Amino acid sequence: MRAQFAILPDGRRHFHDGPIDLIIEASGEAMAVAVAYDAAAERFATILDELCLELPRLRAASGARPEGVVARRMVDAVACFAGVRFVTPMAAVAGAVAEEVLAAMVGAAPLERAFVNNGGDIALHLAAEKGSDRPPAIPSPRSRGEGKGEGRFRLADASVRPTPPHPNPLPASGERESPRGEQNTFVVGLIARPDQPALFGKARITARDTARGVATSGWRGRSFSLGVADAVTVIAGGASLADAAATLIANAVDLPDHPAITRAPARSRDPQSDLGDRLVTLAVGPLSADEVATALDRGVTEARHWLARGRIAAAALSLNGRTRLVATDPSLYSFDQPSLAQEPHHALG
Amino acid sequence: MNQTDDKIRCDACPVMCYIRPGMTGACDRYANENGLLVRVDPHVLLDRTLSQGGRIAAFAGASDSWSGEIFSGPERFVTAIGAGTTYPDYKPAPFIVSSQVDGVDTVTVVTEGIYSYCGVKLKIDTDRHLGAECAIVRAEGEPVGHITTGEYGSQMLSLGGVNHLTHGGKKEGRVTCQTLLDLCNGNPVELSVDGGATVIVEAGKPPIVNGGREQRMRVGCGSATIGMFARQWFGKVDEVVVVDDHITGVLSEHQAGKFLGARDTGIRMKGRRSTPGRYFHVAEPGTGWGGANISDPLEIVAGFNPKIAWPGMTMLMVSTTGEQHAFYQLNDQLQPIQQQLPEALRESVERVAENCEPALCTVLFMAGAGGSLRAGVTENPVRLTRSVRSALTTVTAGGAPVYVWPGGGITFMVDVSLLPKNAFGYVPTPAIVAPIEFTLRLDDYAALGGHIDEVRALSDVLALHAERPTNVFVDGAIQRAARG
Repeated sequence: MRAQFAILPDGRRHFHDGPIDLIIEASGEAMAVAVAYDAAAERFATILDELCLELPRLRAASGARPEGVVARRMVDAVACFAGVRFVTPMAAVAGAVAEEVLAAMVGAAPLERAFVNNGGDIALHLAAEKGSDRPPAIPSPRSRGEGKGEGRFRLADASVRPTPPHPNPLPASGERESPRGEQNTFVVGLIARPDQPALFGKARITARDTARGVATSGWRGRSFSLGVADAVTVIAGGASLADAAATLIANAVDLPDHPAITRAPARSRDPQSDLGDRLVTLAVGPLSADEVATALDRGVTEARHWLARGRIAAAALSLNGRTRLVATDPSLYSFDQPSLAQEPHHALG
Repeated sequence: MNQTDDKIRCDACPVMCYIRPGMTGACDRYANENGLLVRVDPHVLLDRTLSQGGRIAAFAGASDSWSGEIFSGPERFVTAIGAGTTYPDYKPAPFIVSSQVDGVDTVTVVTEGIYSYCGVKLKIDTDRHLGAECAIVRAEGEPVGHITTGEYGSQMLSLGGVNHLTHGGKKEGRVTCQTLLDLCNGNPVELSVDGGATVIVEAGKPPIVNGGREQRMRVGCGSATIGMFARQWFGKVDEVVVVDDHITGVLSEHQAGKFLGARDTGIRMKGRRSTPGRYFHVAEPGTGWGGANISDPLEIVAGFNPKIAWPGMTMLMVSTTGEQHAFYQLNDQLQPIQQQLPEALRESVERVAENCEPALCTVLFMAGAGGSLRAGVTENPVRLTRSVRSALTTVTAGGAPVYVWPGGGITFMVDVSLLPKNAFGYVPTPAIVAPIEFTLRLDDYAALGGHIDEVRALSDVLALHAERPTNVFVDGAIQRAARG
């Protein structure tokens, strides 16, 4: 048994295999929770092997449809973002793994809610309300993003917002906030740095929302980025969609040819990188306020593009202490600083 | 800076990363340092002194100063906690570390064992009756073990073992595994005994029996208590009965009372007299006075011989922990009437309580290191067993001393409170994952067919753990392999 399974002091699970670390929590009836954790472990045990069978295909921007369930989640997720920008299924790997494990849990037992956090890329489950016709399971990427919801959402762009000195937002664990009688809700905290776990932003996801995934990308993270964003956190229909979108939006937050930015071909650092010889960001030197705004503008444009097409529900972009929020419904996504004023909303439909 | 030729391929997992020098693989756990594949995640280095406070040694400041003494002083010891395991089993253990002790090269083989053959032995300090011997002990309604023997001031439970883990239903195995894991990691577990009590057990904490937190361990059996306190009672009261489900003591009949010249009181006890002043089976086991099923101590007194007893005679009844006591005086019909405890006796009752040690639960993890685990240590597993037998190899678990059972195999027990919290893990097989280390002389290690090529100097391991990976490598940020 290569994979390891640990129970954290608070009852959450920590699964580890090769490069994958999952933090998992389920809540509901005790027996259901136990069954769900078992199902998660059973599913997790083979995921890495399945992925590795098809790694060459998953590192390529195009090719035959893969066989593996997780591999297909990856391919389907990035297909939703096909277009101008280079992207391979690996952009969605973390989110797809989280989604798959969550699907195994939800399929095994009725849960009130659950999350699978794969290094900051998080798949969420919230049981449907009674009387609601919303399907409780994770919709497949193919069934999403057809712009259905645009009419009833407002598009807003809360413009430049100051953030704390360490703007590296990583989604914190799903925080429980479930007053009796209210609907099932996840509050996802944005923390500046893991070693300074102060929330600077929160996103509230309720059972009525369609969002079930949160992911973060940036050059400071574990994966290479083509851009200079400290972090881009995306909320989308599923974790694999959010993962792919975060990667692309973070890539778009960029200042090409800027002398203060150190870059190197991806393969000079990792011989097998799916990014080939594309220049990845190694370090970001001092940037002026205007340059920060310009870079963020590019990311916001990218985020709005995908928001308008229903691929994502929200994105928070962070660079040098500046953060911008792009969201269908900004009232669900708050930054805690009292000084933050809401920008006027722009009605979209 | 020609690194192209220096990349190495990691075989720790199926991703099989090519890793350039100074960088980690996709996992951030394995890195290429000067062409060597090394592990860089925070493998636990245990500082015994700090660990007493529940903390793990900081990785900073590591040096070559390890003297090799494992258990004395604030020494640093490479534990197997977080070491991981290798699979298949013929691959060498994750860490095989060499050091010098008194000029002799020693090797510590560090791994985490996956134990299907394991369980815990529980010692629960309580006089209250938890259940009959052999009674099934349940967690979440599933059988996870049974009551074994009653011992001094405590009751022994045996939980887990391969039968509960593998032979029962799927739920039984899972609940057993969870129960063992919780107990070993220092978490509370609620156990219910068929036909007996419900008890909440947590290593190093008092047991909670049927909702009541146990305070004290008995000072002794009823008879021993008479012996210990006879001199303090004599002259202040005519009769003392120390109520004990096992051995109730009666001062006037007891050798200790006789020795002091105590007068006969004509008391007649229920139960079976063993020797003078010592009574067995005065009641049934329970959770009342002295571990018997009584709340009124007079239930164990059959009466008083009118030829010997006298009106006005005084009697103290006290439990073996001093928690319960009652004072009586015989009326003209020689019936005991409860009175307020005189001040002169209060001190003696308090002294019984004062001399009781705090009641605790102790948890010993017991497991057998099977053939496959031993294969990670040596290519010739039985030689490891023989080496342990002949005391050439020292076995520890997470740096804590273990007791290795005589006889075949390497079956050991360890006090889980000596390991850092959450040192144990599980796999859904189900089985418990626990750290184990084997320490022996380098030449002995070679002789028993050890994986000599895998031996690394302690200084190398410590240096790798001196900081988190971000600081291990020069030029600031470490680079990670891409995933998208």
